Amino acid sequence: MIRHIAARELRTLFLSPLAWSILGVVQFILAYLFLTQVQEYARLQPQLAMMHNAPGMTEVIVAPLLGTAAIILLLIVPLVTMRLISEERRNRTLPLLLSAPASMTEIIMGKYLGVVAFLAIQLVLVALMPLSLLAGGSLDMGQFAAGLLGLLLMLAAFAAAGLYMSTLTAQPTVAAVSTFGLLLLLWLINWAGNTVSDNGSSGLFAYLSLQQHFQSLLSGVFDTGDVIYYLLFIVLFLVFSVRRLDADRLQH
Amino acid sequence: METDSLIDVQHLYRYYGTHCAVRDVSFQVRRGEVLGFLGPNGAGKSTTMQMLTGNLAPSAGSVTINGVDLLEHPKQAKTALGYLPEQPPLYRELTVDEFLAYCARLGRMASNEILRAVSYAKERCGLGDVGARLIGNLSKGYQQRIGIAQAIIHTPAVVILDEPTVGLDPIQIREIRKLIRDLSAEHSVILSTHILPEVQAICDRVQIINKGELVLADSIDGLTRRMQQATLIVGLHRPPEPATLKTIAGVLEVETLGDGRLRLHHVPDQHPAEALAERAVNGGWGLFELTPERLSLEDIFVQLTDNETTEEAA
Repeated sequence: MIRHIAARELRTLFLSPLAWSILGVVQFILAYLFLTQVQEYARLQPQLAMMHNAPGMTEVIVAPLLGTAAIILLLIVPLVTMRLISEERRNRTLPLLLSAPASMTEIIMGKYLGVVAFLAIQLVLVALMPLSLLAGGSLDMGQFAAGLLGLLLMLAAFAAAGLYMSTLTAQPTVAAVSTFGLLLLLWLINWAGNTVSDNGSSGLFAYLSLQQHFQSLLSGVFDTGDVIYYLLFIVLFLVFSVRRLDADRLQH
Repeated sequence: METDSLIDVQHLYRYYGTHCAVRDVSFQVRRGEVLGFLGPNGAGKSTTMQMLTGNLAPSAGSVTINGVDLLEHPKQAKTALGYLPEQPPLYRELTVDEFLAYCARLGRMASNEILRAVSYAKERCGLGDVGARLIGNLSKGYQQRIGIAQAIIHTPAVVILDEPTVGLDPIQIREIRKLIRDLSAEHSVILSTHILPEVQAICDRVQIINKGELVLADSIDGLTRRMQQATLIVGLHRPPEPATLKTIAGVLEVETLGDGRLRLHHVPDQHPAEALAERAVNGGWGLFELTPERLSLEDIFVQLTDNETTEEAA
């Protein structure tokens, strides 16, 4: 059941120009950044060659690329998730799902996995660019994999928050704006965290920040604590979404 | 409770805040029965239907679909349910075939049956030649039919249709009515509508809801009896004295309407028509009209729903 709902969600995304334009635009911007980063590396190479224990291509090119990809997708994901529930509400197509033999959890999971599948496609496209470097050099596959995992978890977290915002309203644009606001706040919240407690990442605000956990994964540090943070984040918003959709049935 | 009742609703209540939209509604629908559900706008029809289909949780009461409690085992109960809401829930960006296949999957059909189910549902709803077209490009009538196809594709035991013939042309309406009659062979159907002749044409039973309460629940036969009034209109070219007419067995009162037409009030179980005709022929009264007067369903509907308002206003 989850599979069918997810498949339809993905299909609908690709039936509208939205998915294609998002894939195209994001790929274009990241390709540009990737190329400037490659150029930068080529410029620095003579100096790097002299250094002992010099940073490799993964650190100079891949980590910044994935870091920027996260920021760009922070702007993009709300546009993908905004219509998940709110558009069904608006078009009054929700009864189709509600009167079908599917639980609220299945409906939410189906919608969620549909979007995550789309974001995974985006991720694969992004990952292709660093992989092209293999033609002329070598990558630190461990760090690259940690970075990709971090980006995947980050996108999955964005999608969960976006889905929840979409269950709150019948207006897709309202869902998009509030998702964007929420994500940006959670992205920036560690700025306050750093000033409150001088010892950097130990503050509560710093812990809440999406960015903080991403940074360590980008630098190749795989800490289960970071992965658990993202998983908790995702589960929390999915549970909220299920409960919110269920509340529709209970009152008006 | 009969074993063959596919829908069993017991003491259903629904509050919106303090406003009670549905109050103590109980009814059953047996297999092979079409139940017409009538009521003025805002009487609680759609609310009741939403509660029957799990779109809205009742404040109190129970709903049993095909022997399964909807509130305790919603998933199992909903497999036996097909629902067409007031506005058909259609994904405009899909083609008819894609959409119906998706609905069949949602209805938990086995994947090898889906193709057959889609073509069968299309055939039944007259969608054969639009399978490859986008739903958003089709006319309202077609969309309505896709809505019906969507409700019956997984051959549910219970089909609930909220105003299924809205926006259809007369020929389509006739086809859909026939479809509903066909459906009732294997399914129970609940039909909500504003079109009263439709109810008389296709329903076995009728219930009227007003202000959240059932004010009438009767079979069509019972309703037909209700509609018969104890009056006859008689047209005579050479009418005799009213007193003579009163001597006919069963006649209680005679009213003169002019132009030789008279209204006879009679004892409900004793039809004086036969006796009257005999006397008219023998007496040479020149009988040219003899009709029992009937109430229409509309009259009953207005009577029931109006009475309530005046009572409450008083």
